[in-house]
Formats: sequence, structure tokens, C-alpha cells
Amino acid sequence: MDFTLSKEHEMARQLFKDFAENEVKPLAQEIDEEHRFPRETVEKMAKYGFLGIPVPKEMGGQGCDILTYAMCVEELSKVCGTTGVIVSAHTSLCVDPILTYGTPEQKEKYVPDLASGKKLGAFGLTEPGAGTDAQGQQTKAVFDEATNEWVLNGSKCFITNGKEADVYVIIAVTGKVEKRGRIQKEISSFIVEKGTPGFTFGTKENKMGICASSTYELIFTDCRIPAGNLLGQKGKGFAIAMHTLDGGRIGIAAQALGIAEGALETTIEYVKERKQFGRSIAQFQNTQFVLADLATKVEAAKLLVYKAARKKDEFQAGAKVSYSVEAAMAKLYAAEVAMEVTTKCVQLHGGYGYIKEYNVERMMRDAKITEIYEGTSEVQRMVISGSLLK
Amino acid sequence: MKIVVCIKQVPDTKGGVKFNPDGTLDRGAMLAIMNPDDKAGLEAALRLKDQYGAEVTVLTMGLPKATDVLREAIAMGADKGVLVTDRVLGGADTWATSTTIAGALRNMEYDLIITGRQAIDGDTAQVGPQIAEHLGLPVISYAQDIKVEGDKVVVQRQYDDRYHVVEVKMPALVTALSELNDPRYMTPGGIFDACKAEITTWGRADLKDVEDGNLGLMGSPTKIAKASDKVRKGAGEKVTPDSPDEAVAYIVGKLKEKHVI
Repeated sequence: MDFTLSKEHEMARQLFKDFAENEVKPLAQEIDEEHRFPRETVEKMAKYGFLGIPVPKEMGGQGCDILTYAMCVEELSKVCGTTGVIVSAHTSLCVDPILTYGTPEQKEKYVPDLASGKKLGAFGLTEPGAGTDAQGQQTKAVFDEATNEWVLNGSKCFITNGKEADVYVIIAVTGKVEKRGRIQKEISSFIVEKGTPGFTFGTKENKMGICASSTYELIFTDCRIPAGNLLGQKGKGFAIAMHTLDGGRIGIAAQALGIAEGALETTIEYVKERKQFGRSIAQFQNTQFVLADLATKVEAAKLLVYKAARKKDEFQAGAKVSYSVEAAMAKLYAAEVAMEVTTKCVQLHGGYGYIKEYNVERMMRDAKITEIYEGTSEVQRMVISGSLLK
Repeated sequence: MKIVVCIKQVPDTKGGVKFNPDGTLDRGAMLAIMNPDDKAGLEAALRLKDQYGAEVTVLTMGLPKATDVLREAIAMGADKGVLVTDRVLGGADTWATSTTIAGALRNMEYDLIITGRQAIDGDTAQVGPQIAEHLGLPVISYAQDIKVEGDKVVVQRQYDDRYHVVEVKMPALVTALSELNDPRYMTPGGIFDACKAEITTWGRADLKDVEDGNLGLMGSPTKIAKASDKVRKGAGEKVTPDSPDEAVAYIVGKLKEKHVI
């Protein structure tokens, strides 16, 4: 087993680190306070190919692997959790399913613009009554044979990149099927473009963290999309959604890892400078032991995240392997570590940790969502235990 | 158009300079980066490439590890990399370095050679102009803007309080300032390609029209007697004499005290 990063990955990490320090960090606090989507950063990331990292070159991407993509989300999230999730939701939840399940025509139409960052992507599964429980879906897609179109009705909520995206992968109910003697909803997935008549936006969510991320409700009212926009086979939407979330969890795990690392780095600097009782608080054994425990957990999280990314790389290369459990473990652990690390880092900052001028306050708010979206920690435990007890 | 950009891998001096006990630089203890002036020169070349479709080759002399900066340059958009490395070339001062680089350039095709003004580990600003001298090329140093018009290169040469616009027929050599531009980032895909790219490696035998006596430590007229980190200046002493005569007397006294006069 080799834990050494290749030259490519070392160079890529340095690139992402430099970009994050110079272009992302200076805006992080401001966009959080203003709840403002960082369009200017997205344009810069597009220019340097950050929105198409694991996409083949012939499809307009960078031709890199999932580990490189995960490292990008990690480094961005070290300084700004919002910027990390913009890349993650776009890449894992929109580009990936179109690349994996799209027809040659769909890939040609959508992937190059998404990979170059000319267009931004989003994914709509969650509904007010259906998050993890996909059978609770209410959004319907009915096929109109007369016009050869699908007609979408319903709404999706908590959608990342909501109003800022151009291309959406949407999950909807297309009928009923009998499965093991029970009538179940048949679920399919679709590609919907912004500007399609009948597709509008509802309220913007006012969130605890990742405040600059554009989180919106999507509303479909007799929204007609061409028959050719069915993504994958009719009735395979649930499998597509679950597979997409497996990949998405690697992105969110990388985001959580980045937030934890960012908080730890900031706190290490702080405790060396902060003086109490005539010496720096870094000289107190409590500080030292807390930091030692946090650093150990961050390192463990990193190994899980990189392992999951590597497993997906094997899958992409054609190996018959599943990365579902690795992705669930990485997300579960990294998210819980992010929450613990940021909470303890705020504590080590004392009163200043509670003040917005110090970044750890934002990092603690940003960390919480990683335990919730793309499958809560409880869902990750279901995925992991399901594989143990099958 | 063919452009060769001469670049150097240097220790990052941002966090201070570290020395070995013998006074030489402890390069292993410092992060190695592309010299900032050279990076600006590379960016200028890449902009000319974007504009006119030039072929950009990066050239460096150094240890095998210096391929890192060549790969970084390729990941930014350069087309080819050439490393000149040989034990006999080690310990070179500006004279031996410029002789070596000129020996490599004699094997290459170019319309324009761009070097950085100076490297942050030596601060001599001599190598660029010396290369031009070896090759019999016109040189424009301290470029803050570079344009190409037909077969001419038009450069704004920086001075303290003004700039001169100088134009010269190519082939020519230009030395670039880090203020010239904001160098672009690498791209992730560029990095993966750069790591697979073949780097041309030349040794002493590949250098054209150079004499051994002008190479490496033996060919270097410069001998370093002592090296030290920058000494931080104190806050200084403020005095407010009552008259100009008193001020003169005070200054003269201080100069005498320091044995300046």
C-alpha cells in the first residue's frame, strides 16, 4: 500500500491551494455575510478547468481523476465551504450522471459546456416530503405522445446551485410498477434546462451555513421537456439517483475534510499567538492534547476520503467494484469530524471564536450541513450496515 | 514565432533564508518555486502565444529536480521543456551560467528570448544581458510591457520615474519584471499532461561553442566570501536639532563615530 501522492497530485494540490488562498479566501467572509453567490469565483474556476476535472478531455474536461477532483473540493473548502459545494454539486450531481447515463447526443449537447464551466449544473431529488425516502416523491412526469414531450409537475426543495445553474438533473415519478408483489412508484430522471417554460424558482432558503450557496426551491408547472431529455432508461431513476449520490458523497466528504483542515490550521496559528496568564495558550497541555486529537481525526478522515476517491477511480477505469460503502464511510466520518473539529476550534478561540471576524465561527456553521445533505449521517450508517448485514 | 523563456528554480525566500553551517544556501529546507521575474516572462510569452500562436519552449539549468519548474511551465501552457544538467556545470556564477545557457540556446531556434530580470536567490540581474552578449543579440532589460509588431518587439523599459519605449528587430532578448503581469495558474489537465511530457535533457557535451574553462565552479570568476540573511534594520534614532548648524554637527559627529569620514 502506497500513501505517497503522485507528482501530478502534489502539483494539483499546490494549484488548488494557491487558487484558494489568492482568489477564494479574500471573499469568503464577505459572501457569507452578504449571502451572495460568488459568480466571479465561478468564472475564474471555469477559466482554469475546475468545473470539469474528472471529465474526459474529448468531452471538454480536464481528463483528471476523482482524487484530483476531491482534492480541489478539499482545498477550496479549507477557506470557503460554499465554494467547495458549488464545485461538488455541479460535478458530482449533474455532470457525472449525464456522463454516466447520457446518450451520445445528450453528452455532446450538455457535457462540454458544463465541463468548461460555460454552464453550471444542479440536481433535484429532494422534495418537501421526500429526502432520503425516494418513494415519497410527488413530482410527476407524464409522457404526452401527441407532442413527444414529458410534462413535469411538482417541486423540489433545498437545491444547491438552485437559481444559478443552467442544467438540472431532475428525478420524477413516471408511473407505477409492481415489485415483489407490491405496487411501487416508477422513478425516472430527466435533464431540464433553465428557461424552459413552466420551470420557475420558489423561495431562496435562509440557511445557517454555506450562506453564499444558492439554495432554492424549483417549481415545475406543466413544464414540457423533449422526449430526448429522459436521462437513462425509464424506470431507472432511483438507481441513477442513488449511484449519483454515491459519487456526490465523495465530494461532500472532501468538503467536510477541507472545512476541518481549514479550522485546524487557523486555530494552530491562533493558539501560538493568543496569550493568557503570561504565555501562549499553545503552551497549555489542554490545547496541545485537543489539537493532537483533532489532527489525528482529520488525518483518518483524509485517508477515508482519498480511499473512496481512489475506489471510484478504479470503477471509472472499468473495474467491477462498488465504492458505495467507502463513500458512505468517508462522508459519515469526515462530516462528524468536521463538526467536532470546528466546535472545538471555536472553543480554543474562546470569545473570539464566537465573533464573526474570526473564520472559525463560519466554519462551524458550514460544517453542520455536511452531516445532513446528500444523505444524513444516519443514512450513511444505513448504507454501511446494510452492506455488513446483507 | 518561436520564443524561448529562460527560467530558474529558486528557494522561496518568503519565509526567510536558511543557510548550511558552511554559509551556502540550505535549499532542501526551503520550498522550491519558479523565480517570480521568470514566471512573469513566461506569462508574457504565453500571452504572445495566445495572440500570435507562438511556440514557447522553457529552458533551465539546474539539478534534475529543476524539471519541476519546467513541468509547472508546461502545465501553464508552454510547449516544450529543456533541462541543462551536468555535474561539471555546478557552482556556476553568472558568467558560467550565461555561458552555459548560451551554449544550449545555440542548439535552439528562436525569434525572442525572454529571461527574468533577476533571480530572488542571487539578485544579480546579469545573466539575461550576458546571454544576449554571448549570442550577439540586442537586449532590452526591465520590461514592464512586451508587444510584437511584425518582425519587431516593442518593449516598455522601466525606470524609477518613467519608462522608455524601445523597439528592436528580432531575434532579441528581453528581461522581464515580475510587475509585468499576473501569471496565470496551471490547469489540472495541464498538470497531468505536463507530468507525462518528455523533458529534453542536455549535458556538457550538448552545449555548442563553449569552453570548459568558462563552465561550472572552475569557470566562475565570482567567489563568495560570506553569505548572510538580510539584517533587519532597527527603528533608527530621531533627533530634532534646534538649528541647521547643530544638525550638521550631529551628522558629522555620527559619520566620524562610524569611521565613514
